[in-house]
Amino acid sequence: MADQLPQVLVLRPPPVFTLFETQFSQKFHFLRAWESPLPTAEFLATHAASVKAVLCSGSTPITADILRHLPSLQLIVTTSAGLNHINLPECRRRSISIANAGEIFSDDCADLAVGLLMDVLRKISAADRFIRAGLWPIRGDYPLGSKLGGKRVGIVGLGSIGLEVAKRLEAFGCIILYNSRRKKANISYPFYSNVCELAANSNALIICCALTDETRHMINKEVMKALGKEGVIINIGRGAIIDEKELVQCLVQGEIGGAGLDVFENEPDVPKELFTLDNVVLSPHVAVFTQESFSDLYDLMVGNLEAFFSNKTLLSPVLDE
Amino acid sequence: MENICVLLTYPVPEYLVQKLEKRFTVFKFREVASNPQLLREISNSIRAIVGTSVCGADAGLIDALPKLEIVASYSVGFDKIDLVKCKERGITVTNTPDVLTDDVADSAIGLALATLRRMCVCDRFVRSGKWKKGDFELTTKFSGKSIGIVGLGRIGSAIAKRAEAFGSSISYHSRSEKPESNYKYYSNIIDLATNCQILFVACALTKETHHIVDRKVIDALGPKGIIINIGRGAHIDEPELVSALLEGRLAGAGLDVFEHEPEVPEELLGLENVVLQPHAGSDTVETSVAMSDLVIDNLEACFQNKPVLTPVI
Repeated sequence: MADQLPQVLVLRPPPVFTLFETQFSQKFHFLRAWESPLPTAEFLATHAASVKAVLCSGSTPITADILRHLPSLQLIVTTSAGLNHINLPECRRRSISIANAGEIFSDDCADLAVGLLMDVLRKISAADRFIRAGLWPIRGDYPLGSKLGGKRVGIVGLGSIGLEVAKRLEAFGCIILYNSRRKKANISYPFYSNVCELAANSNALIICCALTDETRHMINKEVMKALGKEGVIINIGRGAIIDEKELVQCLVQGEIGGAGLDVFENEPDVPKELFTLDNVVLSPHVAVFTQESFSDLYDLMVGNLEAFFSNKTLLSPVLDE
Repeated sequence: MENICVLLTYPVPEYLVQKLEKRFTVFKFREVASNPQLLREISNSIRAIVGTSVCGADAGLIDALPKLEIVASYSVGFDKIDLVKCKERGITVTNTPDVLTDDVADSAIGLALATLRRMCVCDRFVRSGKWKKGDFELTTKFSGKSIGIVGLGRIGSAIAKRAEAFGSSISYHSRSEKPESNYKYYSNIIDLATNCQILFVACALTKETHHIVDRKVIDALGPKGIIINIGRGAHIDEPELVSALLEGRLAGAGLDVFEHEPEVPEELLGLENVVLQPHAGSDTVETSVAMSDLVIDNLEACFQNKPVLTPVI
């Protein structure tokens, strides 16, 4: 029966695939490349010549080489919002469609960004550690944090996620500023065309943009110095948007005030200098890791694949901008 | 004013201590309590008490200070002050409302986010090197959930305003319905708990609200329920809360206050579904300055025979 189901290639299983594998397998016949003893290129050459669709996660690179081994490919469905793992020019050249997670993650990502900012300013994780270590009766009150209200928050990348972050922080009395590739019509927040200038005018930066050639290491020493010694950086985008070595140095030397990081340049490796810092909050790339998002993601991935195989419009196509 | 004697009943931030010592002669309770002779010597001179949320002024202390004119609390809550006694003696009582509303409301939402998204556990997960062995688990989304607020005063309303930005549906229980608010009112806290997933405790502590969150409320909230307490530890029946968390009858809790601070029930220290904070709801540099200034302004007004700024009675 599986043979009659539409064929979908999976190079490495995305977490949502593993979680919903039974349900997925009732609808599609999956080619499980990671289970084969053959090296990927050989597996693809042997089994994937007629594959039309690939399901992947944000951490599975879809390189030119892989695409070359998939002559019949018409659709890539990625479980991520980000596209930095996909060779976009090659897809464009071959007219391969891409469907991603669209906006279903925006709430959860925004919630985590706000949570991380709060945690850094109000020392939530550090104070929780303090209590669990039995120190409250011994040392008395924990050191004071910093008020969120009235802070100038610079959002780097005012897309779907950035807008949700802004909406939430406004309710806390923050002043919202932003930098984006282009100024957005109908947005009244002050726009800064230069991320360094944004940093100079902000108490905190929240990184919500995509990782592209332009944004790689965009948050560099100059930007961090502009942000200043009391400044806080929150990153829920991609690790490589920040020059991580420089960030670690700035934190260790007190050049910036603190950081909340859900992403890193070489996940799951995290610079160990950060482990001893109380003004840093660390998170294992979980911005979208909620029951609700994964359930929505399953529905969306199935919906996209079903639409494709019945020649209907994709639910969350990535359109060329 | 340097000869005016002020008794400080609990440690306060250094900024306030310095401001007090510039203006008054300050005695710290810890020093006085261990020195009965000193207490006898100064008891006729003390004209003001500065207390906090942990230690204010009870009947015994008030009785021992015949010249007491004002109790100025470095807190918005005044449950640790014997108001009946103060009223009898014509003693002014002041607190620090408004200046800390934002911080405490921020703290409440921060606690909810940290509890549902397991932020502190995640931080420990990374620091311990566990991430190298596998991904973290799925947690629970905060946006869009149904929240219930016990006490829709200044702080409760500020919590509601923030929660609205997360798409939460909001209901509340209060002594009386607030017609100006658009939120759904429940005259009974059990009904509130039945109809929400995240319960925020934000009311004042009085005889009526002591243990207002008890076994019945916890049962009504249910095994998916979360309790966030930024009020007073005594709002919740703490042993019942602990056993509900241990037995899985409650999904989690974010607690800034406890019945016997700074003691925290030991059973909570090993739980991953709780976030524990050391009564830090208003503990920011900015707000502690604002609260301290308000305490000073209230004291100065009192001793200049002017109306105090933020009287409780």
